[in-house]
Amino acid sequence: MAVDDATITEVQLGGRRGGPDVATLRTDKWWKLPVTTVAVLSAFIVYATWAAFFGTSNFFYEAHNLLSPFYSPCLGSICKTQGVTSSPFLGWWQLSPALIILVFPLGFRMTCYYYRKAYYRSFWRSPVACAVQDAHSTYSGETRAPLILQNIHRYFFYFGLVFNVLLTIDAVQAFIWPGGGVHMSVGTLVLCLNASLLWLYSLSCHACRHLCGGQVRNFSKHPIRHKLWKFVTPLNAKHMQFAWMSLIVVAMTDVYVRLVASGTITDFKIF
Amino acid sequence: MADLTMRIWRGDQDGGELVDYEIDSQEGEVVLDVIHRLQATQAPDLACRWNCKAGKCGSCSAEINGMPRLMCMTRMDQLPEGPITITPMRTFPIIRDLVTDVSFNFEMAKRVPAFNPPAMPEGGYRMQQIDVERGQEFRKCIECFMCQNVCHVIRDHEENKVNYAGPRFFIRYAELEMHPLDTNDRRELVREKMGLGLCNITKCCTEVCPEHIKITDNAIIPLKERAVDAHYDPVAWLGRKITRRTKRSAAEAAADRP
Repeated sequence: MAVDDATITEVQLGGRRGGPDVATLRTDKWWKLPVTTVAVLSAFIVYATWAAFFGTSNFFYEAHNLLSPFYSPCLGSICKTQGVTSSPFLGWWQLSPALIILVFPLGFRMTCYYYRKAYYRSFWRSPVACAVQDAHSTYSGETRAPLILQNIHRYFFYFGLVFNVLLTIDAVQAFIWPGGGVHMSVGTLVLCLNASLLWLYSLSCHACRHLCGGQVRNFSKHPIRHKLWKFVTPLNAKHMQFAWMSLIVVAMTDVYVRLVASGTITDFKIF
Repeated sequence: MADLTMRIWRGDQDGGELVDYEIDSQEGEVVLDVIHRLQATQAPDLACRWNCKAGKCGSCSAEINGMPRLMCMTRMDQLPEGPITITPMRTFPIIRDLVTDVSFNFEMAKRVPAFNPPAMPEGGYRMQQIDVERGQEFRKCIECFMCQNVCHVIRDHEENKVNYAGPRFFIRYAELEMHPLDTNDRRELVREKMGLGLCNITKCCTEVCPEHIKITDNAIIPLKERAVDAHYDPVAWLGRKITRRTKRSAAEAAADRP
Protein backbone atom coordinates (compact mmCIF):
# COMPACT_ATOMS: atom_id res chain seq x y z
CA MET A 1 0.00 0.00 0.00
CA ALA A 2 2.90 2.28 -0.56
CA VAL A 3 2.13 5.85 -1.47
CA ASP A 4 5.05 7.61 -3.03
CA ASP A 5 5.51 10.29 -0.36
CA ALA A 6 8.04 12.19 -2.45
CA THR A 7 5.32 13.22 -4.89
CA ILE A 8 2.74 14.22 -2.27
CA THR A 9 2.26 17.89 -1.61
CA GLU A 10 -0.21 19.61 0.66
CA VAL A 11 -3.60 20.50 -0.72
CA GLN A 12 -3.79 24.27 -0.90
CA LEU A 13 -6.95 25.46 0.78
CA GLY A 14 -8.63 28.76 0.18
CA GLY A 15 -8.47 30.86 -2.93
CA ARG A 16 -11.47 32.77 -4.18
CA ARG A 17 -14.04 30.72 -5.99
CA GLY A 18 -15.82 31.79 -9.12
CA GLY A 19 -19.52 32.48 -9.45
CA PRO A 20 -21.83 34.52 -7.25
CA ASP A 21 -22.12 33.68 -3.55
CA VAL A 22 -25.66 32.36 -3.60
CA ALA A 23 -27.11 29.05 -2.36
CA THR A 24 -27.87 27.89 -5.89
CA LEU A 25 -28.29 29.15 -9.43
CA ARG A 26 -30.53 26.27 -10.42
CA THR A 27 -33.69 27.36 -12.20
CA ASP A 28 -35.48 24.00 -12.38
CA LYS A 29 -37.92 22.72 -9.75
CA TRP A 30 -35.26 20.90 -7.74
CA TRP A 31 -37.31 21.15 -4.54
CA LYS A 32 -40.09 18.88 -5.83
CA LEU A 33 -38.35 15.61 -5.06
CA PRO A 34 -37.28 16.42 -1.47
CA VAL A 35 -40.73 17.81 -0.68
CA THR A 36 -42.36 14.62 -1.98
CA THR A 37 -39.91 12.48 -0.01
CA VAL A 38 -40.62 14.38 3.20
CA ALA A 39 -44.38 14.07 2.65
CA VAL A 40 -44.38 10.32 1.97
CA LEU A 41 -41.85 9.36 4.65
CA SER A 42 -43.55 11.57 7.25
CA ALA A 43 -46.93 10.04 6.42
CA PHE A 44 -45.45 6.58 6.84
CA ILE A 45 -43.76 7.46 10.15
CA VAL A 46 -47.00 8.92 11.55
CA TYR A 47 -49.03 5.93 10.43
CA ALA A 48 -46.48 3.35 11.65
CA THR A 49 -46.28 5.10 15.04
CA TRP A 50 -50.04 5.06 15.37
CA ALA A 51 -50.19 1.41 14.31
CA ALA A 52 -47.43 0.43 16.74
CA PHE A 53 -48.61 2.33 19.80
CA PHE A 54 -52.35 2.65 19.42
CA GLY A 55 -53.49 0.18 16.80
CA THR A 56 -53.43 -2.77 19.16
CA SER A 57 -56.77 -4.16 17.99
CA ASN A 58 -57.96 -5.40 14.60
CA PHE A 59 -54.46 -6.36 13.45
CA PHE A 60 -55.60 -9.94 12.88
CA TYR A 61 -58.59 -11.14 10.83
CA GLU A 62 -59.20 -14.54 12.29
CA ALA A 63 -61.83 -15.68 9.78
CA HIS A 64 -59.35 -15.53 6.88
CA ASN A 65 -56.13 -15.93 8.83
CA LEU A 66 -54.81 -12.48 7.85
CA LEU A 67 -52.14 -11.01 10.14
CA SER A 68 -50.84 -7.46 9.75
CA PRO A 69 -47.13 -7.31 8.83
CA PHE A 70 -46.61 -4.77 11.62
CA TYR A 71 -47.57 -7.47 14.13
CA SER A 72 -45.78 -10.44 12.65
CA PRO A 73 -44.47 -12.48 14.38
CA CYS A 74 -47.16 -11.83 16.95
CA LEU A 75 -45.43 -11.64 20.30
CA GLY A 76 -46.76 -10.88 23.77
CA SER A 77 -50.00 -11.35 25.62
CA ILE A 78 -52.03 -9.19 23.25
CA CYS A 79 -51.92 -11.86 20.55
CA LYS A 80 -54.16 -14.28 22.42
CA THR A 81 -56.79 -11.61 22.98
CA GLN A 82 -56.87 -11.01 19.21
CA GLY A 83 -57.18 -14.72 18.49
CA VAL A 84 -53.67 -15.30 17.10
CA THR A 85 -52.87 -18.87 18.04
CA SER A 86 -49.24 -18.97 16.96
CA SER A 87 -47.65 -16.73 19.59
CA PRO A 88 -45.09 -18.89 21.36
CA PHE A 89 -42.78 -16.12 22.64
CA LEU A 90 -42.83 -13.34 25.20
CA GLY A 91 -46.22 -14.07 26.77
CA TRP A 92 -45.31 -11.65 29.56
CA TRP A 93 -44.98 -8.69 27.18
CA GLN A 94 -47.94 -6.41 27.86
CA LEU A 95 -47.28 -3.68 25.31
CA SER A 96 -47.75 -3.70 21.57
CA PRO A 97 -45.68 -6.42 19.87
CA ALA A 98 -45.00 -3.95 17.09
CA LEU A 99 -42.66 -2.13 19.45
CA ILE A 100 -40.33 -5.15 19.42
CA ILE A 101 -40.79 -6.09 15.79
CA LEU A 102 -40.50 -2.73 14.08
CA VAL A 103 -36.99 -2.08 15.38
CA PHE A 104 -35.54 -4.46 12.80
CA PRO A 105 -37.32 -3.36 9.61
CA LEU A 106 -36.90 0.23 10.78
CA GLY A 107 -33.16 -0.30 11.32
CA PHE A 108 -32.87 -1.97 7.91
CA ARG A 109 -34.53 0.97 6.19
CA MET A 110 -32.76 3.64 8.26
CA THR A 111 -29.34 2.24 7.34
CA CYS A 112 -30.31 1.41 3.73
CA TYR A 113 -28.10 3.15 1.19
CA TYR A 114 -31.10 4.42 -0.73
CA TYR A 115 -32.99 5.77 2.27
CA ARG A 116 -29.82 7.41 3.52
CA LYS A 117 -29.70 9.38 0.32
CA ALA A 118 -33.41 10.21 0.66
CA TYR A 119 -33.33 11.49 4.22
CA TYR A 120 -29.92 13.14 4.07
CA ARG A 121 -31.25 15.17 1.20
CA SER A 122 -34.83 15.76 2.24
CA PHE A 123 -34.75 15.98 6.02
CA TRP A 124 -31.17 16.89 6.81
CA ARG A 125 -30.68 19.01 3.66
CA SER A 126 -27.10 17.92 3.31
CA PRO A 127 -27.49 18.81 0.47
CA VAL A 128 -31.18 19.16 -0.34
CA ALA A 129 -30.39 18.79 -4.06
CA CYS A 130 -27.31 18.67 -6.25
CA ALA A 131 -25.49 22.00 -6.56
CA VAL A 132 -27.65 23.50 -3.84
CA GLN A 133 -25.75 24.71 -0.80
CA ASP A 134 -25.54 22.39 2.21
CA ALA A 135 -27.74 23.64 5.04
CA HIS A 136 -25.00 23.07 7.64
CA SER A 137 -21.80 24.98 8.27
CA THR A 138 -19.82 21.94 9.40
CA TYR A 139 -19.88 18.42 8.09
CA SER A 140 -18.39 15.13 9.24
CA GLY A 141 -20.46 12.72 7.17
CA GLU A 142 -20.61 9.18 8.45
CA THR A 143 -17.28 9.31 10.24
CA ARG A 144 -18.58 9.86 13.79
CA ALA A 145 -21.29 8.56 16.10
CA PRO A 146 -24.17 8.14 15.57
CA LEU A 147 -23.91 8.06 11.78
CA ILE A 148 -20.90 5.76 11.83
CA LEU A 149 -23.41 3.10 12.89
CA GLN A 150 -24.71 3.11 9.31
CA ASN A 151 -21.90 0.62 8.74
CA ILE A 152 -23.88 -2.14 10.46
CA HIS A 153 -26.42 -2.16 7.63
CA ARG A 154 -25.57 -5.74 6.71
CA TYR A 155 -26.70 -6.97 10.14
CA PHE A 156 -30.09 -5.35 9.70
CA PHE A 157 -30.15 -7.00 6.28
CA TYR A 158 -29.72 -10.39 7.95
CA PHE A 159 -32.54 -9.64 10.42
CA GLY A 160 -34.65 -8.39 7.53
CA LEU A 161 -34.32 -11.77 5.84
CA VAL A 162 -35.70 -13.45 8.96
CA PHE A 163 -38.74 -11.17 8.84
CA ASN A 164 -39.18 -11.86 5.14
CA VAL A 165 -39.33 -15.58 5.91
CA LEU A 166 -41.91 -14.98 8.67
CA LEU A 167 -44.06 -12.79 6.43
CA THR A 168 -43.85 -15.38 3.66
CA ILE A 169 -45.07 -18.01 6.14
CA ASP A 170 -47.94 -15.66 7.08
CA ALA A 171 -48.85 -15.28 3.41
CA VAL A 172 -48.85 -19.06 2.91
CA GLN A 173 -50.86 -19.61 6.10
CA ALA A 174 -53.44 -17.10 4.90
CA PHE A 175 -54.39 -19.60 2.18
CA ILE A 176 -55.38 -22.11 4.85
CA TRP A 177 -58.75 -21.82 6.55
CA PRO A 178 -58.58 -21.74 10.34
CA GLY A 179 -60.72 -24.90 10.34
CA GLY A 180 -58.78 -26.60 7.51
CA GLY A 181 -59.00 -26.42 3.70
CA VAL A 182 -57.55 -23.98 1.23
CA HIS A 183 -58.98 -20.68 0.04
CA MET A 184 -57.90 -17.53 -1.71
CA SER A 185 -59.12 -14.02 -1.07
CA VAL A 186 -58.00 -10.52 -1.91
CA GLY A 187 -56.37 -10.50 1.53
CA THR A 188 -54.16 -13.50 0.74
CA LEU A 189 -53.03 -11.82 -2.48
CA VAL A 190 -52.27 -8.62 -0.57
CA LEU A 191 -50.09 -10.57 1.89
CA CYS A 192 -48.33 -12.30 -1.03
CA LEU A 193 -47.67 -8.98 -2.75
CA ASN A 194 -46.30 -7.54 0.48
CA ALA A 195 -43.96 -10.48 1.07
CA SER A 196 -42.79 -10.45 -2.57
CA LEU A 197 -41.95 -6.77 -2.51
CA LEU A 198 -40.08 -7.12 0.77
CA TRP A 199 -38.02 -9.95 -0.75
CA LEU A 200 -37.26 -7.82 -3.78
CA TYR A 201 -36.30 -4.90 -1.57
CA SER A 202 -33.98 -7.09 0.51
CA LEU A 203 -32.39 -8.92 -2.42
CA SER A 204 -31.76 -5.67 -4.26
CA CYS A 205 -29.92 -4.25 -1.23
CA HIS A 206 -26.36 -3.04 -1.79
CA ALA A 207 -25.10 -5.08 1.17
CA CYS A 208 -26.70 -8.18 -0.35
CA ARG A 209 -24.99 -7.48 -3.67
CA HIS A 210 -21.66 -7.12 -1.89
CA LEU A 211 -22.09 -10.28 0.16
CA CYS A 212 -23.29 -12.30 -2.84
CA GLY A 213 -20.15 -11.63 -4.83
CA GLY A 214 -19.24 -7.96 -4.89
CA GLN A 215 -16.52 -8.45 -2.30
CA VAL A 216 -14.42 -10.85 -4.39
CA ARG A 217 -11.59 -9.56 -6.52
CA ASN A 218 -11.66 -12.38 -8.96
CA PHE A 219 -15.00 -13.40 -10.46
CA SER A 220 -13.44 -16.05 -12.65
CA LYS A 221 -12.28 -17.95 -9.57
CA HIS A 222 -15.68 -17.72 -7.87
CA PRO A 223 -18.21 -18.69 -10.56
CA ILE A 224 -21.12 -19.33 -8.18
CA ARG A 225 -20.68 -16.01 -6.42
CA HIS A 226 -20.37 -14.34 -9.81
CA LYS A 227 -23.71 -15.87 -10.82
CA LEU A 228 -25.32 -14.67 -7.59
CA TRP A 229 -23.86 -11.21 -8.15
CA LYS A 230 -25.16 -11.18 -11.73
CA PHE A 231 -28.60 -12.16 -10.42
CA VAL A 232 -28.84 -9.40 -7.81
CA THR A 233 -27.16 -6.65 -9.84
CA PRO A 234 -30.21 -5.90 -12.06
CA LEU A 235 -32.37 -5.96 -8.93
CA ASN A 236 -29.96 -3.55 -7.27
CA ALA A 237 -30.49 -1.10 -10.11
CA LYS A 238 -34.18 -1.00 -9.10
CA HIS A 239 -33.50 -0.71 -5.37
CA MET A 240 -35.07 2.73 -5.09
CA GLN A 241 -38.29 1.56 -6.74
CA PHE A 242 -38.49 -1.53 -4.53
CA ALA A 243 -37.79 0.62 -1.46
CA TRP A 244 -40.76 2.87 -2.15
CA MET A 245 -43.12 0.15 -3.34
CA SER A 246 -42.43 -2.12 -0.38
CA LEU A 247 -42.79 0.77 2.08
CA ILE A 248 -46.16 1.82 0.70
CA VAL A 249 -47.47 -1.73 0.30
CA VAL A 250 -46.51 -2.77 3.84
CA ALA A 251 -48.55 0.17 5.19
CA MET A 252 -51.44 -0.57 2.82
CA THR A 253 -51.40 -4.22 3.90
CA ASP A 254 -51.76 -3.15 7.51
CA VAL A 255 -54.60 -0.82 6.54
CA TYR A 256 -56.33 -3.61 4.58
CA VAL A 257 -56.13 -6.12 7.44
CA ARG A 258 -57.49 -3.55 9.90
CA LEU A 259 -60.36 -2.64 7.60
CA VAL A 260 -61.48 -6.24 7.11
CA ALA A 261 -60.89 -7.15 10.77
CA SER A 262 -63.01 -4.23 11.91
CA GLY A 263 -65.77 -5.14 9.44
CA THR A 264 -65.45 -1.89 7.50
CA ILE A 265 -64.91 -3.78 4.23
CA THR A 266 -65.30 -7.42 3.21
CA ASP A 267 -62.34 -9.54 2.23
CA PHE A 268 -63.60 -10.69 -1.18
CA LYS A 269 -63.22 -14.45 -1.54
CA ILE A 270 -61.88 -15.69 -4.89
CA PHE A 271 -62.36 -19.42 -4.12
CA MET B 1 -32.61 41.70 -32.75
CA ALA B 2 -30.75 39.47 -30.30
CA ASP B 3 -33.07 36.85 -28.82
CA LEU B 4 -30.71 35.22 -26.38
CA THR B 5 -29.27 36.44 -23.10
CA MET B 6 -26.11 34.75 -21.89
CA ARG B 7 -25.37 35.67 -18.28
CA ILE B 8 -21.71 34.79 -17.83
CA TRP B 9 -19.57 35.15 -14.72
CA ARG B 10 -16.55 37.31 -15.46
CA GLY B 11 -13.78 37.72 -12.93
CA ASP B 12 -10.66 36.38 -11.31
CA GLN B 13 -9.04 36.09 -7.86
CA ASP B 14 -9.86 39.75 -7.20
CA GLY B 15 -13.58 39.21 -7.63
CA GLY B 16 -16.13 39.20 -10.39
CA GLU B 17 -19.75 39.52 -11.43
CA LEU B 18 -22.35 38.15 -13.81
CA VAL B 19 -22.32 40.00 -17.13
CA ASP B 20 -25.20 39.84 -19.62
CA TYR B 21 -24.49 39.38 -23.33
CA GLU B 22 -27.24 39.64 -25.93
CA ILE B 23 -26.73 37.48 -28.98
CA ASP B 24 -28.75 35.85 -31.77
CA SER B 25 -29.58 32.20 -31.33
CA GLN B 26 -28.63 29.81 -34.12
CA GLU B 27 -30.06 26.42 -34.86
CA GLY B 28 -28.20 23.33 -33.65
CA GLU B 29 -25.78 25.07 -31.32
CA VAL B 30 -24.42 23.86 -28.03
CA VAL B 31 -23.46 26.22 -25.21
CA LEU B 32 -19.78 26.11 -26.15
CA ASP B 33 -20.63 27.29 -29.68
CA VAL B 34 -22.33 30.37 -28.26
CA ILE B 35 -19.38 31.03 -25.98
CA HIS B 36 -17.08 30.88 -29.00
CA ARG B 37 -19.34 33.27 -30.95
CA LEU B 38 -19.25 35.66 -28.01
CA GLN B 39 -15.45 35.46 -27.96
CA ALA B 40 -15.41 36.21 -31.67
CA THR B 41 -17.85 39.11 -31.56
CA GLN B 42 -18.27 40.72 -28.15
CA ALA B 43 -15.87 39.38 -25.53
CA PRO B 44 -12.49 38.46 -26.99
CA ASP B 45 -10.99 38.28 -23.52
CA LEU B 46 -13.55 35.77 -22.18
CA ALA B 47 -11.55 32.83 -20.81
CA CYS B 48 -12.85 29.30 -21.15
CA ARG B 49 -11.15 25.93 -21.32
CA TRP B 50 -12.09 23.59 -24.17
CA ASN B 51 -10.55 21.05 -26.46
CA CYS B 52 -12.44 18.30 -28.26
CA LYS B 53 -16.02 19.64 -28.56
CA ALA B 54 -17.15 16.02 -28.46
CA GLY B 55 -17.65 15.27 -24.76
CA LYS B 56 -14.50 13.22 -24.54
CA CYS B 57 -11.78 15.51 -23.19
CA GLY B 58 -13.59 16.80 -20.10
CA SER B 59 -12.19 20.30 -20.48
CA CYS B 60 -15.26 22.50 -20.84
CA SER B 61 -16.94 21.70 -17.50
CA ALA B 62 -18.95 24.61 -16.16
CA GLU B 63 -22.22 25.27 -14.36
CA ILE B 64 -25.10 25.96 -16.72
CA ASN B 65 -28.16 27.36 -14.96
CA GLY B 66 -26.59 26.17 -11.73
CA MET B 67 -25.97 22.54 -12.71
CA PRO B 68 -22.51 21.15 -13.59
CA ARG B 69 -22.48 20.20 -17.27
CA LEU B 70 -20.13 19.98 -20.22
CA MET B 71 -20.64 23.08 -22.35
CA CYS B 72 -19.94 21.11 -25.53
CA MET B 73 -22.68 18.57 -24.78
CA THR B 74 -25.43 20.93 -23.67
CA ARG B 75 -27.73 21.81 -26.53
CA MET B 76 -29.10 25.33 -26.47
CA ASP B 77 -32.57 24.19 -27.56
CA GLN B 78 -32.85 21.96 -24.50
CA LEU B 79 -32.37 24.81 -22.05
CA PRO B 80 -35.41 26.66 -20.68
CA GLU B 81 -36.54 30.08 -21.88
CA GLY B 82 -34.91 33.12 -20.32
CA PRO B 83 -31.33 34.14 -19.57
CA ILE B 84 -28.83 31.29 -19.49
CA THR B 85 -26.41 31.53 -16.61
CA ILE B 86 -22.90 30.18 -17.12
CA THR B 87 -20.56 30.11 -14.14
CA PRO B 88 -17.26 28.34 -13.47
CA MET B 89 -17.07 25.17 -11.38
CA ARG B 90 -17.80 26.29 -7.85
CA THR B 91 -15.58 23.90 -5.89
CA PHE B 92 -12.21 24.95 -7.29
CA PRO B 93 -10.36 28.28 -7.05
CA ILE B 94 -11.00 30.59 -9.95
CA ILE B 95 -8.26 31.49 -12.41
CA ARG B 96 -10.30 33.65 -14.75
CA ASP B 97 -13.89 33.75 -16.03
CA LEU B 98 -14.88 30.12 -16.66
CA VAL B 99 -11.44 28.64 -16.00
CA THR B 100 -10.72 27.09 -12.60
CA ASP B 101 -7.63 25.67 -10.96
CA VAL B 102 -8.32 21.92 -10.71
CA SER B 103 -4.92 20.99 -9.27
CA PHE B 104 -6.65 19.63 -6.14
CA ASN B 105 -7.56 16.64 -8.28
CA PHE B 106 -4.01 16.07 -9.40
CA GLU B 107 -2.84 16.08 -5.78
CA MET B 108 -5.43 13.44 -4.95
CA ALA B 109 -4.40 11.42 -8.00
CA LYS B 110 -0.83 11.28 -6.67
CA ARG B 111 -2.08 9.71 -3.45
CA VAL B 112 -3.61 6.65 -5.10
CA PRO B 113 -1.24 3.72 -4.50
CA ALA B 114 -0.36 2.42 -7.92
CA PHE B 115 -1.43 -0.86 -9.47
CA ASN B 116 0.80 -3.51 -8.00
CA PRO B 117 0.68 -6.88 -9.79
CA PRO B 118 2.54 -9.97 -8.59
CA ALA B 119 5.77 -11.04 -10.24
CA MET B 120 5.22 -11.95 -13.87
CA PRO B 121 4.41 -15.67 -14.08
CA GLU B 122 5.76 -17.77 -16.88
CA GLY B 123 3.65 -17.10 -19.94
CA GLY B 124 2.59 -13.66 -18.79
CA TYR B 125 -0.41 -12.38 -16.91
CA ARG B 126 -3.80 -13.88 -17.67
CA MET B 127 -7.17 -12.27 -17.01
CA GLN B 128 -10.58 -13.71 -17.80
CA GLN B 129 -13.09 -11.58 -19.69
CA ILE B 130 -15.54 -11.38 -16.75
CA ASP B 131 -12.78 -9.82 -14.64
CA VAL B 132 -11.82 -7.39 -17.39
CA GLU B 133 -15.43 -6.27 -17.85
CA ARG B 134 -15.86 -5.31 -14.23
CA GLY B 135 -13.49 -2.38 -14.38
CA GLN B 136 -14.40 -1.20 -17.87
CA GLU B 137 -17.10 1.15 -16.62
CA PHE B 138 -14.60 3.05 -14.48
CA ARG B 139 -12.21 3.45 -17.42
CA LYS B 140 -14.81 5.60 -19.18
CA CYS B 141 -14.01 8.51 -16.86
CA ILE B 142 -12.92 11.58 -18.88
CA GLU B 143 -11.78 13.53 -15.81
CA CYS B 144 -14.11 16.44 -16.32
CA PHE B 145 -14.16 16.70 -12.49
CA MET B 146 -17.83 17.57 -12.43
CA CYS B 147 -18.39 14.83 -9.85
CA GLN B 148 -15.74 16.44 -7.67
CA ASN B 149 -17.32 19.83 -8.28
CA VAL B 150 -20.85 18.82 -7.32
CA CYS B 151 -19.81 16.81 -4.25
CA HIS B 152 -21.02 18.87 -1.29
CA VAL B 153 -18.32 17.37 0.96
CA ILE B 154 -15.80 19.74 -0.61
CA ARG B 155 -18.09 22.11 -2.49
CA ASP B 156 -19.59 23.45 0.73
CA HIS B 157 -16.86 22.48 3.20
CA GLU B 158 -13.45 23.60 1.99
CA GLU B 159 -11.71 22.16 5.05
CA ASN B 160 -12.53 18.62 3.94
CA LYS B 161 -10.30 18.94 0.88
CA VAL B 162 -7.28 17.99 2.97
CA ASN B 163 -8.40 14.38 3.35
CA TYR B 164 -11.01 13.66 0.77
CA ALA B 165 -10.25 11.91 -2.49
CA GLY B 166 -13.70 12.58 -3.98
CA PRO B 167 -15.88 10.54 -6.34
CA ARG B 168 -13.48 10.61 -9.28
CA PHE B 169 -10.76 8.94 -7.23
CA PHE B 170 -13.12 6.63 -5.39
CA ILE B 171 -13.82 5.02 -8.75
CA ARG B 172 -10.07 4.68 -9.25
CA TYR B 173 -9.70 3.07 -5.82
CA ALA B 174 -12.64 0.79 -6.57
CA GLU B 175 -11.21 -0.21 -9.93
CA LEU B 176 -7.90 -1.14 -8.33
CA GLU B 177 -9.56 -2.93 -5.42
CA MET B 178 -11.58 -5.03 -7.87
CA HIS B 179 -8.61 -5.80 -10.07
CA PRO B 180 -7.74 -9.51 -9.82
CA LEU B 181 -4.04 -8.92 -10.42
CA ASP B 182 -3.54 -6.10 -7.96
CA THR B 183 -2.00 -7.01 -4.62
CA ASN B 184 -2.41 -3.76 -2.70
CA ASP B 185 -5.06 -3.44 -0.02
CA ARG B 186 -6.29 0.15 -0.01
CA ARG B 187 -9.34 -0.30 2.22
CA GLU B 188 -7.87 1.21 5.36
CA LEU B 189 -6.24 4.02 3.41
CA VAL B 190 -9.45 4.97 1.69
CA ARG B 191 -11.43 4.78 4.94
CA GLU B 192 -8.97 6.58 7.15
CA LYS B 193 -7.17 9.11 4.98
CA MET B 194 -9.18 9.48 1.80
CA GLY B 195 -12.47 10.36 3.49
CA LEU B 196 -14.69 7.51 2.34
CA GLY B 197 -16.82 7.98 5.46
CA LEU B 198 -17.45 11.61 4.55
CA CYS B 199 -19.45 10.56 1.52
CA ASN B 200 -23.13 10.38 2.46
CA ILE B 201 -24.09 8.79 -0.85
CA THR B 202 -26.46 11.50 -2.00
CA LYS B 203 -25.55 10.45 -5.55
CA CYS B 204 -24.98 13.89 -7.06
CA CYS B 205 -21.75 12.60 -8.59
CA THR B 206 -23.72 9.95 -10.46
CA GLU B 207 -26.32 12.49 -11.56
CA VAL B 208 -23.81 14.79 -13.24
CA CYS B 209 -21.45 12.21 -14.77
CA PRO B 210 -21.44 12.78 -18.56
CA GLU B 211 -20.24 9.22 -19.10
CA HIS B 212 -23.12 7.82 -17.01
CA ILE B 213 -20.79 5.94 -14.71
CA LYS B 214 -22.74 4.58 -11.74
CA ILE B 215 -20.21 6.12 -9.38
CA THR B 216 -22.17 5.62 -6.18
CA ASP B 217 -23.70 2.21 -6.81
CA ASN B 218 -20.73 0.56 -8.49
CA ALA B 219 -17.75 2.24 -6.84
CA ILE B 220 -18.44 4.15 -3.62
CA ILE B 221 -20.92 1.76 -2.01
CA PRO B 222 -18.81 -1.32 -2.88
CA LEU B 223 -15.83 0.52 -1.35
CA LYS B 224 -17.85 1.32 1.76
CA GLU B 225 -18.86 -2.34 2.05
CA ARG B 226 -15.22 -3.37 1.67
CA ALA B 227 -14.31 -0.92 4.43
CA VAL B 228 -16.97 -2.60 6.58
CA ASP B 229 -15.35 -5.97 5.83
CA ALA B 230 -11.95 -4.63 6.83
CA HIS B 231 -12.83 -2.47 9.79
CA TYR B 232 -16.38 -2.44 11.14
CA ASP B 233 -17.79 -5.95 10.80
CA PRO B 234 -17.22 -7.73 14.16
CA VAL B 235 -17.85 -11.17 12.69
CA ALA B 236 -15.33 -10.60 9.91
CA TRP B 237 -12.87 -9.33 12.53
CA LEU B 238 -13.42 -12.43 14.67
CA GLY B 239 -13.02 -14.64 11.63
CA ARG B 240 -9.69 -13.02 10.82
CA LYS B 241 -8.54 -13.47 14.42
CA ILE B 242 -9.53 -17.13 14.51
CA THR B 243 -8.01 -17.96 11.16
CA ARG B 244 -5.10 -15.57 11.85
CA ARG B 245 -5.59 -13.98 8.49
CA THR B 246 -4.39 -10.52 7.84
CA LYS B 247 -6.64 -8.26 5.81
CA ARG B 248 -4.69 -9.41 2.79
CA SER B 249 -4.76 -13.02 1.77
CA ALA B 250 -1.60 -15.06 2.08
CA ALA B 251 -1.31 -15.18 -1.69
CA GLU B 252 -1.52 -11.43 -1.93
CA ALA B 253 1.08 -10.90 0.78
CA ALA B 254 3.40 -13.43 -0.81
CA ALA B 255 3.15 -11.65 -4.11
CA ASP B 256 4.78 -8.59 -2.57
CA ARG B 257 7.88 -10.45 -1.42
CA PRO B 258 10.99 -9.99 -3.53
